[in-house]
Order: sequence, then structure tokens, then C-alpha cells
Amino acid sequence: MAEGVITLTIDGVPVSVPPGTLVIEAAKQAGVLVPHYCYHPGLEVAGVCRMCLVEIEKAPKLQIACATTVTEGMVVKTQTVQAKDARQGVLEFLLINHPLDCPICDQAGECELQDFVFQEGRAATRYGEFAKRFNPVEDFGPDILYVPNRCILCTRCVRFMEDLAREPVLNVSERGDRAFVGIHPDARLDHPWAGNVVDLCPVGSLLSKDFLHKARAWELDKTPSICTGCSQGCNISLDTREEVVVRVRPRSNLEVNQYFICDHGRMHYPWMNRGDRIEAPLVKHNGELRATDWEEAFDRVVTILRGAAGGGKAVAIVSPGASSEALALVKRLLSGFDWKGAFQVVMGDEAPLPGVPNLALRAERVPNAKGAERLGYTRDYAAALAAAATASVVFVLDDPDCGVQTAGALIYAGTVLPAESTCRNADVVLPIANVAEEEGTFVNRDGREQRYFPAKPAPGMAQPAAWVFGELVAAMGLAEAQR
Amino acid sequence: MGFPHQPHPKETVVLSQYFGDPDARTYKGWVKRGGYEALRNALATAPAAVVEQVKESGLRGRGGAGFPTGLKWSFMPKAKTRPHYVCVNADESEPGTFKDREIMRWTPHALLEGAAIAAHAIQAEVVVIYIRGEFTEPWAITEKALAEADAAGVFGTIKVYLHRGAGAYICGEETALMNSIEGKRGNPRIKPPFPAVAGLFGMPTTINNVETLAAVPHILNRGAAWYRGLSLSNPQSTGTKLFSVCGHVQRPGNYEVTLGFPLKDLLYDLCGGPLPGRTLKACIPGGSSVPILTREETEACLLDYEGVVASGSMLGSGGVIVFDDSTDMVYQIMRLARFYAHESCAQCTQCREGTAWTTKILERILAGQGKTEDLDLLLDLSENMTGKTICVLSDSCAAPIVSGIKKFRGEFDAYLAGARSPVPVG
Ligand SMILES: Cc1cc2nc3c(=O)[nH]c(=O)nc-3n(C[C@H](O)[C@H](O)[C@H](O)COP(=O)(O)O)c2cc1C
Ligand code: FES
Repeated sequence: MAEGVITLTIDGVPVSVPPGTLVIEAAKQAGVLVPHYCYHPGLEVAGVCRMCLVEIEKAPKLQIACATTVTEGMVVKTQTVQAKDARQGVLEFLLINHPLDCPICDQAGECELQDFVFQEGRAATRYGEFAKRFNPVEDFGPDILYVPNRCILCTRCVRFMEDLAREPVLNVSERGDRAFVGIHPDARLDHPWAGNVVDLCPVGSLLSKDFLHKARAWELDKTPSICTGCSQGCNISLDTREEVVVRVRPRSNLEVNQYFICDHGRMHYPWMNRGDRIEAPLVKHNGELRATDWEEAFDRVVTILRGAAGGGKAVAIVSPGASSEALALVKRLLSGFDWKGAFQVVMGDEAPLPGVPNLALRAERVPNAKGAERLGYTRDYAAALAAAATASVVFVLDDPDCGVQTAGALIYAGTVLPAESTCRNADVVLPIANVAEEEGTFVNRDGREQRYFPAKPAPGMAQPAAWVFGELVAAMGLAEAQR
Repeated sequence: MGFPHQPHPKETVVLSQYFGDPDARTYKGWVKRGGYEALRNALATAPAAVVEQVKESGLRGRGGAGFPTGLKWSFMPKAKTRPHYVCVNADESEPGTFKDREIMRWTPHALLEGAAIAAHAIQAEVVVIYIRGEFTEPWAITEKALAEADAAGVFGTIKVYLHRGAGAYICGEETALMNSIEGKRGNPRIKPPFPAVAGLFGMPTTINNVETLAAVPHILNRGAAWYRGLSLSNPQSTGTKLFSVCGHVQRPGNYEVTLGFPLKDLLYDLCGGPLPGRTLKACIPGGSSVPILTREETEACLLDYEGVVASGSMLGSGGVIVFDDSTDMVYQIMRLARFYAHESCAQCTQCREGTAWTTKILERILAGQGKTEDLDLLLDLSENMTGKTICVLSDSCAAPIVSGIKKFRGEFDAYLAGARSPVPVG
């Protein structure tokens, strides 16, 4: 027996875990998923659904895996007749008042009730002709609907609001089979982190209005990404349907955001689907921007850079939402210049999730300010804009509203080109992918470097900024020089 | 028992000695009768020695589970690093049980004294008495007694609070009671941790029933050996116990007998037997939560913890519910199930849904719309409701159903076969 380690067997598989580990977590290490509803690793243990009943040798009766801590030599069996019967019993009880409206339920396909009933439930009901409990749908908050008929009273939402959001506006109201999740009559579920209750709900009882009837779960592709809503760097999944981002969900990372994201981040996606994108490189001919191919666009940029190089001044106005890769390549591209790079940070109110240390919607509403700073970009935005006026070359990376004016050459790489943008004066416009369309790295406020991946293709000829600047660095012969 | 009728010669009158005597309610009257003597002696004794005496007496919890009281007290941490609490369970809501009410009505100081001794024994600084909300009279009397005792300074530095329940049966479950005192929803907590480790406000706590604590002063006054000697059958069951008898007997009420007393004698002698022209059919010996006994089982049953188990039921709270031959057992069982369905706290799935579903099936059977497979279904659901939840409310619903179907199957079958006219249930 190693020091500080407990060894037990779960369904015949020996596992070693730290003391204090719950049986349900130890089981995961043995590759065994104990069916459960009320248990959630990010919440306090409730032990109420009784779904996780397992047999533990020497215990007089079945035990709940979610509230039993491991002991040395413990023998856990999840597949005995008794344990399976008990769980089948729970499933039957949960279903008697559950509407089975899966065909119109958003949760279908990612519903833990559906999954476990399919896995170990009864084939048919014995509830017969009794009427099911009925309560009308309730509007809980700006983005949350409560469908009480589907509720299995696992209390995850209640515990989240109480223990983590520390705004205990939800409770279990009434008793017996009349019980439902109630909301304080004067309150709304509008806490900046409230949206997590929708993710936590194991069934389709708490729904996002934004996602309501938008897609079936099995039509979604999920791509690991990083939230661009602030500098916290929450790990997310971009859920796309037919190449459109339709939902943002948290991806667990115990060091950054545990299992949660804030509502600001959750709603920070519609712009990823914008239709008014730049779809082809544009080059100025006789004072007018004209669509062209990448070759001509690159040639033009190389001509500009070669013509201006050698003692010239360059300015880069960049978006702190650009990947570190793109920012590094812009910097390299300007390595022959006396260059200055800067970015602007949009600010908002900080909104913490009080029950989780070091987790908040940060005041800095950009994802990669730290990455930009590490590369030598500064927050001295005004000075950079002033310097741009007299610079020989100005690069703007996806900051079309910067209002830049310059007597020198202007190169704009961006996703959009609004009518009033001064970037319309650019000599070259390079269409780039947005965060949902490229792979890259952000550095969060704590200095953590995190990768994100493409969830959908970029429109038209747009390419990831890192590819664009990589090509230019190569064309300038700077790739080798820097090594 | 002394009130409303004179003690029967076969009773052993200890706790109920002053029932019906209003003077015993007052502080002065209680002291005159030897009250607070035991507390004074206890305070002059080391806490561990008091625990030892209670252990030796063999006193077991009168709230339902029958856990040895001295042993429970000894689980409290010996080295005091945090505040300790005593909780008094005066929530008495078990159908058929009305003994704690009588203790509080007539001898509130017995309870207060017992609680103060417990507080000394487990080194608690606070006692919280949780009184059932509907108990208006016991509340008023206990409140008055507490004020008098406080004024006389009997508790020293120990602070005693009365806390009023709001009408939930589940708040009699010890951890639900603690949640309720803390201002939370009265939901039972998962155990472990047990109250002696983390109870009221997370502090080490001992919780005892009213009757348990009321017996303590007598034990200290007369000695553990005397109490241990009060045992008619099994030496593991000692002392006297109040039995609340209700239903079809001539003289329902509270009766105090020595443990091991025959249930048959309680019903036929003390309570005067069935009503004229009627015969005994069945009996629930320990409050509504325990299995039903047939007439034969009832008449052979000895009233102590082991005796009732040997007869196929449990001593529980000592609430004896008697049914004569006019009783429709199916209806009675439905009423019990309905009670549990109403009172389920809704935490555990099996209890929340199972109590309601079994009630519906029983109602359907009574309405003449039962199905042949309903009895098997009831038994199967009961199996799923037993031993799988946080507290035993769910088991308590299943116990009368399972024993009822087993022992009175003919009555169920009569409804199912249409041989009995339907009973309207609303
Ligand atoms: C559903 C339920 C209801 C209960 N109600 C009461 C009650 O009203 N009074 C009581 O003393 N014990 C009640 N109990 C038992 C208590 O949980 C606990 O065992 C008792 O208070 C311990 O005291 P004792 O050891 O002195 O008996 C109840 C238990 C359950 C499961
Ligand atoms: S998951 Fe263990 S009781 Fe709910």
C-alpha cells in the first residue's frame, strides 16, 4: 500500500486513488461510469436522486457511489442484479411523471435520462393510465425557461445558485410528488453566471431561450475553443450546425473555469456567423480597391515593404483578439522597421462566480491582451495611432474601427470592412478567418497559453491571419533570417 | 396513567405519575415532588460518570429507533474544541403516537431536567427543544415552565431554546429537525457524518426524544440498577415505556408499562378490549411506520424492542393502533400510504414518486378499478422503496403495504374480484 494512496477494485478492476476520493470518481478511473443525476463534480454532494446505488462488499445495503468515500481494499460492484434493479427502479420512478416529449425537447440526444433509460431502464411503463403531474412552463430569466414537467428534482440548479452563484433564488418548493423547482417571487434568474443551470440540468427542464428549438443535439459538431469574451480564457465548445455556430458551452478545465462559463461569454458568438465578410483579397488600383487573388495581394505587400524598408517607421494596430501566432508573425514582418505595435482593450464590469476561486467575467473584455503584451505590443493605442500618421507603413490587424489615418502605405488584414472604416483607404486588404475558423493560441490573464481550433470554414478566400502573415514573412525572406 | 383515567394496577407508573396533576407543572410543584434533585446531583458528578450511569441503566431511545442512549451520548467528543448541542425531539408526528405531548402537558419540568442533565453529560452549552407546530398547549406549558426554571436559575450557564415546527412530519427525523432549526428546508441529511460529529450548525450534537430524556432524572434518582431491573422479558429492553393506544378499544389513551409487557394484556386489560360485539383484527404496535400484526401475532407479542421484532414488527414510537373486525384494511393501508405521500420531503426519487404512486394504486383498488397485477406491482415498488433512501420515510410507507398485502391479501383480492363494493376515495 503506497503512502497516501487507497487501492480498491471496481467491477474487478483495481484502481489507486487519493484518500477522500468518492467511489463515483474512483469508478471513472476504472472506466466505469456509474449512472447518476444529482451528482456533479463541480457542485456540493446532495445524494438525493439515489441513481448511483452500487453494491459494496460488507455493506449491509446498497450505497450511493456519489457520497461514499473509498477505503482500502473496498470491493465495489456496479453490475450486480441488486444494483441494477435498484437503478432500474429509480429510472421507473423518474419516468412516471416525465412527459416523454423527447421529439420536441431540446435535450434529446444529450439527455442523461434518455441515455440511462436506454442503457438500463424498463422496456415499458407500469404506471398505466394514471395522469402525469402537470405544471406550466415558467419564464425564469432573460435566457432561461423552466419546464417543470420534465424536472427530476436533482437540485443541481438549486445548488449552483446557492453555493456557487451565492444568489439563492431557486429552491425546491412543495413536498412529495407535488415538488418543483421554485423561484423567489421577486427574483429573476439573471445572475451573470445563471446560464450554467441550463448546462447542469441533466434533462430538458431548464432551457436556453437562445437555443430553443434551434437544433437537435445529434446535428451538432463540437469544437474545442477558448472564449473571446474576456481575459479569463474559459474553455468552451463551439457547437455548430451546418457550419453555423449555434451554441457556446463550457468545456471543463479545473484550472481555469471548472465546468462553467458566464452568460456574457455564452452569448458572445453571433458575430462569428456574420454574413458581411471580406471574401477576397483587395488591392488598390487607381485609388479603388479591387478584388484579386492572393498572389497579387502578396506581391503588392512585398513591394510596399521593400520600398519602405531601411530606416522607415512602421506601426501595427492590432486586435487583442488575434492569435499569438498572427501577432508574432506581424511583428516579424516588421522586423526591419523602427516599429511600434499597440492594441485597445474594451472594458466592462467584472462579474465573479463567487463560489469558485479566481473565476470571473473580467473587466478586460478581450482574450489575448496578455499574448500581445508578451510580444511587445503595448496598450499605448493613442500614441500608435498618432505615430501612424507619419509612418511609412501601417498594418491594421482586424481593428477596422481604429480610425487610422496615414500618409504612408496602409495594409489591412481583417474579417470585415465597414462602410465608414478608414481601413477602406488601405492599399491592400487581406481577408482573414475569425476565431471560429482558425487554429491558434491565446494567453489568458494568468499567463496560461491555450489553443483553439477551427469549428467551421472561413468564407470565400479568407485565410487564417497566421497563414497570411506566414506567407508574407516567407516572401520577404524573413523566415530564415529570424532563426 | 393517571389521566384521563386512574392508573391500572398492571401499569408501572414512573413517567406518568403526575399526569393529571396541574400542580406538577409548576416549578414549585415540581421541586416539591423531588424535581431538579437529579440535576443537582448530576452537576456535582463528572459528565463521564453520568453517561456511564445512563449506559448501565439500559435506557434506549424512545423516538423510534431504540438506540442505546448512553452509548449515543458517549459518541460525543470528549475533548471539547467546539460548542456542543442537545436537541430535544418533541416533534411527535408519527400517526398513532401522542405520548410526548402528555409529558410536556403535565410534566414539562421532567423534560427540562432530563435535557439539562444530558447537556451536562455531553458538555453542551445549548439545548434546543423542537416542538411540533400543532402542539399549542404543550408549547404554552413548556414555555411557561422554561421561564420559571430559568428564573430559578436551574440551568446555570446552559441556554435553553424552544423552537416551533411548522407542521412537517419529516422534521421529526433528526437531521431534518436540525436543518429546520437552522432555518433551512427540513430535509434529512445524508449520513455520515452523524450528529455527534456534525449536527446542529455543524457542531457535535446529541438528539433525544422527549420520553427518553424524561426518564433520565428517574434513573439518576433511583439508580441504574433499579431501571435495569424494570424488564419483563429481554434484558436488552429496560425501563418503562408509554404506549399510546388508539383505535378500536374501549379505553384508548396512554399507558405506562414495563418493557416486555404482553401486548394482549395492554389491549384487553388496560384498554378494556374491543368495543362491544367486536373482535380484534389487527394492530400496528409502534406507530404507523411499522409492519401490521395480525390478531394472532398481536396476542402473542411482548412489548419490548426484541419481542415486537420477533412478532414481525417493531416497537417504534410505541403508538399502538388497533383495528377490529369492522375495519377495511385496504382502506386503512391506503390512508397510511397517503400520509407518507403527503409528507415525503421530495428529496429521494423512490420516496417522492413511490409514496404517491403506491397511494394511487391503493386508491384504484378501493375504487374497484384495480388490476390483478396491482398487488405484485405494489410489492415490487415497495421493494424499491426499502433501504435505498436517505431516511426511512420511504421504508415506513412500504412496511404497512407489504405486511398488509401479506397478511390481509383476501381483502385486496375481494376488491380486485369485484366482490366488495367500491369505496369512494377523495
Ligand atoms: C420520518 C421520521 C420521523 C421521525 N419523527 C420523530 C418524532 O416525531 N419524534 C422523535 O422523537 N423521533 C422521530 N424520529 C426518530 C429520530 O430520527 C431520532 O431517531 C430520535 O429523535 C432519536 O431520539 P432517541 O434516541 O431518544 O429515540 C423520526 C424518524 C424518521 C425517519
Ligand atoms: S448521483 Fe448519487 S444520489 Fe444522486
